[in-house]
Amino acid sequence: MTFNETLPLLVLASSLIPGLIIFTLPEDRHGLRGAFNLGGAVLKLLFIAVMLWGVLGGESYEFRLGVLPGLDLVFRADALALLFVTLSAVLWLLTTTYAIGYLEGSPHRSRFFGFFSLCVTATVGVAMAGNLFTFFVFYELLTLSTYPLVVHRGTPAALRAGGVYLAYTLTGGAVLLAGVVWLYGLLGQVEFTQGGVASALGPEYAGQLQLIFILLIAGMGVKAALVPLHGWLPRAMVAPAPVSALLHAVAVVKAGAFGIVRVVYEVFGVEFAQSLSLLAPLAVVAAITILWGSLRALYQDDLKRRLAYSTISQVSYIVLGVAMFGPVGTIGGIVHLVHQGIMKITLFFCAGNYAETLGIHKIGDMDGVGRRMPWTTVAFSIAAFGMIGLPPLAGFVSKWYLGLGALEAGMPWALAVLVASSLLNAAYFLPMLYRAWFKPRIGAWPEEHIPVTKGRETSRLLLYPPLITAAATLLAGLLAASFLSPLDWAKLVAAREYPHWVP
Amino acid sequence: MLDPLPWLILLPLLWATLAFVRGPGRGGRLAMAGLLLQLALAGGLAGQVAGEGARVYAVGGWGAPLGIDLAVDGLSAVMLLLAQAVALPLAVYARAYYAAHDDGARYFWPLTGTLLAAMNALFLAADVFNLYVTLELLGLAAVGLVASSGGAGPVTAALRYLLATLLGSGAYLFGVALLYGAYGSVSLTELAPLLGADAPLAVFLAAALMLLGLMLKTALFPFHFWLPPAHGGAPAPVSALLSALVVKASFYLILRLWLDLFAPLTSVAAAQFLGLLGAAAILWGSLMALAQTRLKMLVAYSTVAQIGYLFLLFPLATHTGALAASGALQGGVMQALSHGLAKAAMFTAAGTVILSLGRDDIARLGGVSSRLPLTLFTFALAGVTLLGLPPSGGFTAKWLLMSSALHSGQWGWVAVMILGGLLATAYVFKVLRQAFLPVEAGTKFKPVPRMLEWPAFLLALASLLLGLRAGEVLSLLGAG
Repeated sequence: MTFNETLPLLVLASSLIPGLIIFTLPEDRHGLRGAFNLGGAVLKLLFIAVMLWGVLGGESYEFRLGVLPGLDLVFRADALALLFVTLSAVLWLLTTTYAIGYLEGSPHRSRFFGFFSLCVTATVGVAMAGNLFTFFVFYELLTLSTYPLVVHRGTPAALRAGGVYLAYTLTGGAVLLAGVVWLYGLLGQVEFTQGGVASALGPEYAGQLQLIFILLIAGMGVKAALVPLHGWLPRAMVAPAPVSALLHAVAVVKAGAFGIVRVVYEVFGVEFAQSLSLLAPLAVVAAITILWGSLRALYQDDLKRRLAYSTISQVSYIVLGVAMFGPVGTIGGIVHLVHQGIMKITLFFCAGNYAETLGIHKIGDMDGVGRRMPWTTVAFSIAAFGMIGLPPLAGFVSKWYLGLGALEAGMPWALAVLVASSLLNAAYFLPMLYRAWFKPRIGAWPEEHIPVTKGRETSRLLLYPPLITAAATLLAGLLAASFLSPLDWAKLVAAREYPHWVP
Repeated sequence: MLDPLPWLILLPLLWATLAFVRGPGRGGRLAMAGLLLQLALAGGLAGQVAGEGARVYAVGGWGAPLGIDLAVDGLSAVMLLLAQAVALPLAVYARAYYAAHDDGARYFWPLTGTLLAAMNALFLAADVFNLYVTLELLGLAAVGLVASSGGAGPVTAALRYLLATLLGSGAYLFGVALLYGAYGSVSLTELAPLLGADAPLAVFLAAALMLLGLMLKTALFPFHFWLPPAHGGAPAPVSALLSALVVKASFYLILRLWLDLFAPLTSVAAAQFLGLLGAAAILWGSLMALAQTRLKMLVAYSTVAQIGYLFLLFPLATHTGALAASGALQGGVMQALSHGLAKAAMFTAAGTVILSLGRDDIARLGGVSSRLPLTLFTFALAGVTLLGLPPSGGFTAKWLLMSSALHSGQWGWVAVMILGGLLATAYVFKVLRQAFLPVEAGTKFKPVPRMLEWPAFLLALASLLLGLRAGEVLSLLGAG
């Protein structure tokens, strides 16, 4: 096996093996567990850095294992895969750090971090999957490895949420499987290929391909929380904050959105999907989801639930970008994959900090929290402004490209959707910021767990991760035009997906 | 070097006899040694068959029709390998189990040895009469094991099982007699060229009787009535042995007869009928599993459902294209293998939980996740195979069956399999979610020996990893 074949496996192993070891560790071995967690995360980043360097230089990294004749497990690090792999590996490192601080003193930590590592392994597998079969394998693994995290607290509410989560995602998985088997039956091995592979079939297959497209998108739409398949996401909010961060920014909803990107661009091919008139309905679904999520977010009093509905809305920006026919929309969608991740993880880190430090769960309790926890609230504000789309933050870059893309694709109504959604974003984020910064605190905090020590508002492990991701939100916007920024990389991906595009 | 063919039958008989001579409850270590050797022999045999193809062994050098022939091909090599691979960890488990809980330990080892000898002989038999003898012996040993723990419940279950198994082998024997009357031979190889679509009515009747008897023994819906009490009521090692292996033996025989001997007699309608029964088994078994309140009964009903998948291969493999037919056969055999490993793991894990908790109530499993994490993990891994999720062998089986259904244009079966997978999710997670609850007040977990937890885990792991090595298994299946 050559080095280029081994590298994708090493990226997987760097979280799988620590995860398996962590399962066996006794509960009180904090130091060792932390070392495995963080060591694995850092090692993974190193391997990914090597791959990034290689892919820029034209290297290809691929590992192939025949499972059955005509059915291979393939890991391939192409430009799109690396975008997602890098995002999840960086955010994994931060989330792990955060989770170590967050779960200090709570029971079952070996179990938690074991599944946490498996979850990231599955996400990286989804990202590097080189064909539809491999994608499906890791997509299902992701479902199974997140279930114990959702029900981690073991309360009746958590178990109910876990049940709902499984019912949605495994049904989605079954629908996806039907689509995958069908497509394999028609095409043989369905490798992800730039420009798509489905166009190889003759026009007499158009009807079947449309049905397959619906099956695949419906299967992935469950995880991507497309309306009306989104019911599990707000309920899954009972999970601990690091899990919510993982679910919303790194793993689950992202895997769904990423899958839709792969299906549209690399299975069907965006030009072929357009010729089958599949993109316009997808754009409509995305638009409905964007508006519905934002509207519902307005009415939530629970902080995490509001953020959850906001995720439903924001993830569909990615889908909307994908469904716009034209490279600019594509850039907007793909770059939002990264931008939404860093902004949403900041918001969840901050929400977790409020809950863990002061016991704040409701938006009504946020009055004056800006004075008590200024750094956390600064991070929260940056991410919230980013979500609204204020320049020069990351969210602005996404929305700019999506807006231009809408015009380029001849869908001016999508621009109106974006504007409406931004207004709604402002309507549900700004009141929170107003309460936090400008309303005076009356009475005590609901439950103060962590007092101010040495002028620090909360524990270090809880404070630094949101500050880092908030800074990233700022930098991703400010330095969008520079080399190796998410935008730069998204342009690279988009340029390769439109082989026949003439502007 | 031992010739594996006769020794795979003689070895278990040998250690069964020695165990019997040494007295009640003794002989576990001997059995483990014997099983280790059997596993090596089965592995060696698989290598031989993969390299050189099928072969025949004449016992005592006499040869049919005077003597008895043993025959091995890809299918029997695969099944032999499964039987020894499941039995060895089960023996390790059983030793620890009976050390902690000596109900029914008296005749466990002699009966298990006899059962395995009969099963191995069944996989190797080359004529329909010897198949009958091994089938009967297998059934009687299994009934003995069910009854071994004594008490009213197990004995009633054993009697019901005895009735079913005698009725089944009786019908089979009647069919054999009809065949012998028509052609004057019982050898599979001699009968095969004589049978054609123009066969006399008696031969069709014989085929129907033999298949019906075997379906009863395989507990295909609606003949499953005897299975849940027998498998759910027996001690855990016995339940595992029965659910994982014994029902597979009669299924193997159905497969063999349908594909070889009776192939000219089969019709699409009959195949569709078998498929429908399989589909009904999947749905009914899963729903009943979901309705159970006792852990082992849930696992037993899940066996009823999983057997249903095996029968989906008949509509897919009968008078369809070569591609669909070979895929269906491969899928069916993969299902038999992965279910064998997973169900053994699941029953043994359930047994460990029950030993530790002292009760069998699904609603009161709180705390299992923190007190018996490895056992719960085993249960979950085995569950992944039953759900048919990747990368398990159960997934490969479903993938092959689904592809075959698509190639032969039979959409309905795909829907059945998807629905079955979802129902399996429901009953597997019904157990898992309870295990995540906090420990119930007043509950004491008895500590369990490692030798109860690890064999089960290895079985579950094997069922999971089988999916990644399916290529080798299928190429062995295709050999000869």
